[in-house]
Amino acid sequence: MTLYLASKNPGALSSSKKNWTKFKSHPLAYASIVFLLLLGFCALFIPILSPYTYYDINLSIKNQPPSLQHWFGTDDLGRDLFTRTWNGARISLFVGIAAAAIDLVLGMLWGGIAALAGGKVDEMMMRLADILSAIPSLLMIIALMVVIGPGLHTIIIALSLFGWITMARVVRGQLLQIKHNGYVIAAKALGASFWRILFKHLLPNSLGPIIVTLTLTIPSAIFTEAFLSYLGLGVQAPIASWGTMASEGLPAMEYYPWRLFFPSGLICLTMLAFNTIGDSLSNMFDS
Amino acid sequence: MALLIIRKLFYACLSLVVVMTFTFLLMKMIPGDPFQQEQALPSEIHQALRSHYGLNDSFLKQYGRYLKQATTFNFGSSLVHKGQSVSQIIRTSFPNSALLGGEALALSIPLGLLFGIAAALKPKKAQGSLITCLAVLGISVPSFILATLLQYILGIKLGLFPIARWGSMMHSFLPALSLGFMPMAFIARLTRTKMIEELHQGYVTTARAKGIPEISIIAFHALRNILSPLFSFLGPLTASILTGSFIVEKIFSIPGLGYWFVSSVLNRDYPLIMGITVFYCAILLLTSLIADIACLFVNPRLTAAALQEREKS
Repeated sequence: MTLYLASKNPGALSSSKKNWTKFKSHPLAYASIVFLLLLGFCALFIPILSPYTYYDINLSIKNQPPSLQHWFGTDDLGRDLFTRTWNGARISLFVGIAAAAIDLVLGMLWGGIAALAGGKVDEMMMRLADILSAIPSLLMIIALMVVIGPGLHTIIIALSLFGWITMARVVRGQLLQIKHNGYVIAAKALGASFWRILFKHLLPNSLGPIIVTLTLTIPSAIFTEAFLSYLGLGVQAPIASWGTMASEGLPAMEYYPWRLFFPSGLICLTMLAFNTIGDSLSNMFDS
Repeated sequence: MALLIIRKLFYACLSLVVVMTFTFLLMKMIPGDPFQQEQALPSEIHQALRSHYGLNDSFLKQYGRYLKQATTFNFGSSLVHKGQSVSQIIRTSFPNSALLGGEALALSIPLGLLFGIAAALKPKKAQGSLITCLAVLGISVPSFILATLLQYILGIKLGLFPIARWGSMMHSFLPALSLGFMPMAFIARLTRTKMIEELHQGYVTTARAKGIPEISIIAFHALRNILSPLFSFLGPLTASILTGSFIVEKIFSIPGLGYWFVSSVLNRDYPLIMGITVFYCAILLLTSLIADIACLFVNPRLTAAALQEREKS
């Protein structure tokens, strides 16, 4: 159908619409997007609408199993886990998205400058990136967090300090590949301005791999945040991310399994959703 | 070839120097000094201690001394565990971690290859999709959740394996499985994609036309070609097993280096944190160097490509 329409009337479907139709043919990826939208919606509104807060302690109802009043049960201080989980979703998603956004900006700057400058500058910038990327980032992040202290902002800073390198490489690789393509040269020959070439030709055509990298950066940032929280280097009480909640639930797993189940289940599902989307997108852009 | 190896060695050393410099700067960023305690020391004694340990020297002099001692792996003694030096702790605990990591590797590489190939042979059948599902699941479940689940189900509920401590092979099975699961999933996925690509190549069709059994086509023709992407994955693989070991060793109470690292982070035992960080980085850089070199040997085309690129630039 798509093909028929496109062949009959070339202007009927824009490229983004075509991509969207192609994307919808990956049912899992489609479901993942719906899931993530739902997740974002819940994270935004449930903490506002809930009658409980994430920090109110009520020792008379501690460690209660899931019930109508407390959908996910309560923890060892009697805090409502449903509210805490969705508040944690805010933290975890915020860390993931913020780290990915900073990576994107830094990576585009570094990779873009390297690719467009070329020659010695390119060589030096990429060698530096090579040296940095050989360093095991998680260890450095932990060491950094120990010294500058735990907290939401420090996590994001530490994550993006080592995270931008992948993005820089992807951007540079893409730009180098398409810089000499026929349509860019043609646009130049027709007298298009530098900005028109950049925004109409270079950026739209390098967007695919950049988006794929982004969708894979977010889950890895969420995962690292969970890991840091597990080590006690994450956000500090009473704020809780999924990682902190899972690590608090671990010792109580045998008797109060719901305290571990909900946050860790959501970590897994979110990672799954982002990974599935990333995979389908990279399949789509490859074909 | 030799030139390429020397170049890679040089860059690995450079990365290590960056790591050392970074840890030094971090240590300098910590406010106060090691002699500030609850009871204030008389300032003469404080000054004497500072000059004895060289804390009054210039920044560059301290940095030079640090680099010299770090290369001989002298990180001083632990702040929390009195009388134990950092290198002593690493020497006694690393063998346990190395054994565990080795087991995880031994589990994940063959199984990952096997699953990947099995999935590639029948990509549309139930077997293929089941393995693909398992691989995606393996990538999405963090190791601390998997380790807890394994410990709970196989250890506590079913009582098949010991749930903690370190001793026999039985003790190491659950930790090795939880460490090796994610790498296994990665390898299976990578093998599947590469294998499907290879099976569509001309040489496979030729081999099939010649009547070579499918098993030898896969084992001798196609497998050779997917080995080099696998080798280049070996560096990140070791890294993931290593960082996974922090949590897995803590959950299963294994006296390995990861366990020490986590407890040093919780205790803010700075010399131990920095010592283990530099040690880990050195190990990881070494493994990825070895993997890179192995890659060059397995796939001579890479050498040619790298040399060509050099000539061009």
